[in-house]
Amino acid sequence: MKARIKFCKYGSLRFIGHLDVMRYFQKVMRRADIPIAFTGGYSPHMIMSFAQPLGVGVTSSGEYLDIELTKPVASKQTVAQMNAVMAEGIEVVSFVKIPEEKKYSGMTITAAADYRVTFLASGRSAEKICPVPEDLKEQVKAFLAQPKIKVLKATKRSEKEVDIRPMIYAMEAGDEDIRLFLAAGSENNLKPDLLMEAFLGFCGKEKEAYPLHFHRMDVYARNPAIPADAMERNKKGVGLVTLESLGKEITG
Amino acid sequence: MRKLALNDEILLKIEKPARYIGNEVNSVMKDLEKVDIRFAMCFPDVYEIGMSHLGIQILYDMFNQWEDVWCERVYSPWVDLDRIMREEDIPLFALESQDPVKDFDFLGITLQYEMCYTNILQVLDLSGIPLEAAERTEEDPVVIGGGPCAYNPEPLAEFFDLFYIGEGETVYRELLDLYKKNKADGGTKKNYFEKAAEIEGIYVPSLYDVTYNEDGTLAAFVPNNPHAPRTVKKQMVSDLTMTYYPQKPVVPFIKVTQDRVVLEIQRGCIRGCRFCQAGMLYRPTRERDVEKLKEYARQMLKNTGHEEISLSSLSSSDYSRLKELVDFLIDEFKGKGINISLPSLRIDAFSLDVMERVQDIRKSSLTFAPEAGSQRMRNVINKGLTEEEILTGAGQAFAGGWNKVKLYFMLGLPTETEEDMRAIPELADKIARKYYEIPKDQRNGKCQITTSTSFFIPKPFTPFQWARMYSNEEYIARAAIVKHGFNDQLNRKSLKYNWHDAEITVLEGVFARGDRRVGKLLLEAYRLGCIYDAWTEVFDYEKWLAAFASTGIDLAFYNERERGEDELFPWDFIDTGVTKDFLRREWERAMNAEVTPNCREKCSGCGAARFGGGVCHESKN
Repeated sequence: MKARIKFCKYGSLRFIGHLDVMRYFQKVMRRADIPIAFTGGYSPHMIMSFAQPLGVGVTSSGEYLDIELTKPVASKQTVAQMNAVMAEGIEVVSFVKIPEEKKYSGMTITAAADYRVTFLASGRSAEKICPVPEDLKEQVKAFLAQPKIKVLKATKRSEKEVDIRPMIYAMEAGDEDIRLFLAAGSENNLKPDLLMEAFLGFCGKEKEAYPLHFHRMDVYARNPAIPADAMERNKKGVGLVTLESLGKEITG
Repeated sequence: MRKLALNDEILLKIEKPARYIGNEVNSVMKDLEKVDIRFAMCFPDVYEIGMSHLGIQILYDMFNQWEDVWCERVYSPWVDLDRIMREEDIPLFALESQDPVKDFDFLGITLQYEMCYTNILQVLDLSGIPLEAAERTEEDPVVIGGGPCAYNPEPLAEFFDLFYIGEGETVYRELLDLYKKNKADGGTKKNYFEKAAEIEGIYVPSLYDVTYNEDGTLAAFVPNNPHAPRTVKKQMVSDLTMTYYPQKPVVPFIKVTQDRVVLEIQRGCIRGCRFCQAGMLYRPTRERDVEKLKEYARQMLKNTGHEEISLSSLSSSDYSRLKELVDFLIDEFKGKGINISLPSLRIDAFSLDVMERVQDIRKSSLTFAPEAGSQRMRNVINKGLTEEEILTGAGQAFAGGWNKVKLYFMLGLPTETEEDMRAIPELADKIARKYYEIPKDQRNGKCQITTSTSFFIPKPFTPFQWARMYSNEEYIARAAIVKHGFNDQLNRKSLKYNWHDAEITVLEGVFARGDRRVGKLLLEAYRLGCIYDAWTEVFDYEKWLAAFASTGIDLAFYNERERGEDELFPWDFIDTGVTKDFLRREWERAMNAEVTPNCREKCSGCGAARFGGGVCHESKN
């Protein structure tokens, strides 16, 4: 049986990198006595995969990992069991059953993620938040109206120019934050800091002058019920739904 | 939300910020209002090294079991953060509360190896505590040192208020109660130190005066205060089973050197290798009860979620219930995907069988530590391992499918000749020949024999404490002889040779057997910018040479002379239970290449029997 765990990451644990979060969850499985399945072979390891890595310094209220179980366990009790052995800064939000087929795994289906970007008084603390500067707010429409937004994206070996416009599904500036809804996953992936850098550049600003904090709100997959050519394909809650919503509560 | 001592900008700029945020699973938080004593426990090296140390985990757990004490951890900031802290004037902090170390009652520093001494000064300096004890005020924490290097505390005497000589589980409660009482009575730190000196095992360096002879050797070492005893007695846990053991060790977020559950099965070693300080200091050998260990293993794996468990001791093969314990671990945990690792095992049929069972098919390399190449030399060091045993063990391993062997030796041992040096590559070659005796179709490709040599450093309280060391150049010349020897071997293509740095060796020698005067060398080296000397990428020998030059410390005096039979050593005021007479007898036997039987075969009367426990009284129970 396959299950999906949703968790949030905040506070001091935002300084723990992706690989260490994976190691952390392996130990959580043992501490919480979760009947997780292992691969076969000479060096068995837990069957566990994360939907989308989170950068160091970024907080999140919607992170996902999928695991395989050797026997069913009840959602509610499992969440409690895991949270009883957690360090402050990572908390399990939900535990749901997902379809067995590989094509439904979080890593395969991840298509988008949404973020909240806040402006900080200084890079020293993510707690002291400033209002979104008016002059930037006004530029969002014009920024999005560009037919193409070319940025330099660092690859493993070099840099290449890519058009990120198609990967921006939504960008809205409010008084307190800018909300982003961006392509994510193995096919197309746009990191929010890269977008904000392009946006500040478009506004003629130095990125160093605007310390930002990024918070990932959730991770989304294509809604299987919506046809691929539908108008609302890239709309949150319609064409794209949270990974959590694709699972089912397991009752005891 | 948890507060952090470092701001986000710094944390995102430095390497591995997780080293500094604390908050790990099983780390202990307490209410400041409800504790009387704040104890900062420091391992003066980087987090990944310090977190791997069992001793600190034991003491951390013991202190925090006491309601009135809050023990927190402190490690050396890595060089990147070190620079930022100095630039921005950020005081060193403890991981749990993230509060400055200076606010604590105690700063305890474990002294595990000499090459971390400059890091001790770094820790004091970044904490804002005066480096020299004499300059500290009532506001500063009490700085206390312990661990193996505390058995010759003299090079560090100027920087510590107290040293704890012996195993930490014994007199800390007394020491802390005294602190509370002294504080309640309105006593000064001086009052406290005087009373502390009366606790067995506590050494207060400021209460002793040292004088020297014209030739530079120690003339006298005497108390200057009626509270200070003439000798300080090592403290030891006589029943290991009944003492503290951390069942909820702290689980680091990042990968550390020892990323596993560590089960200490025994303390001490029956073997009596003459170069080995631990083997002499931790006498008598004491075992932990096997049933208790099984229970600890269960609890600790459950509480940490680690995927590996390792046994810890100086010589696991000598633990009397090893087979039972190993069988239990395999039966109980193997099926749950837990790895079992068994370091310091002698290679024989039993250990090969165990390794076969714990390691599946992935055969890692086998390790032998003959320590010396020739049988004569092995007799000198009392390493009771014969060439036949090595070859038989290797042969069995090869037959079992292993094809990688690691060999460890020391160069520069007392009485070493060129012949002894050449015996190292010869032994490696014999092992390779053993491999190629196996018919071609039955063996697994080529074998790989990797030989490493380090240079021998005489340590206090060993039979070799009288021995001379050599110069840097001489060490390199000896390694070159070994290197050439390898080129002459038949199977040279299957043999690999590595040797250790000689510069660090020479320095370690000075601090291992140094006296109070070498403290100023340390201070000078630190002022010139030396820290992390154990890290080759940071170590700067030129700065050390400059420190020698400006302080006038004579390296040859400390390293390059054999000490006289009657010479008074800086560490002689410590009573470890093992007598100087015994050590001298062992030195003489070494000179005659005579082997001394191990503690289980025959008691050699080292003196440790007076502790009334362990192997000395085994057969009499």
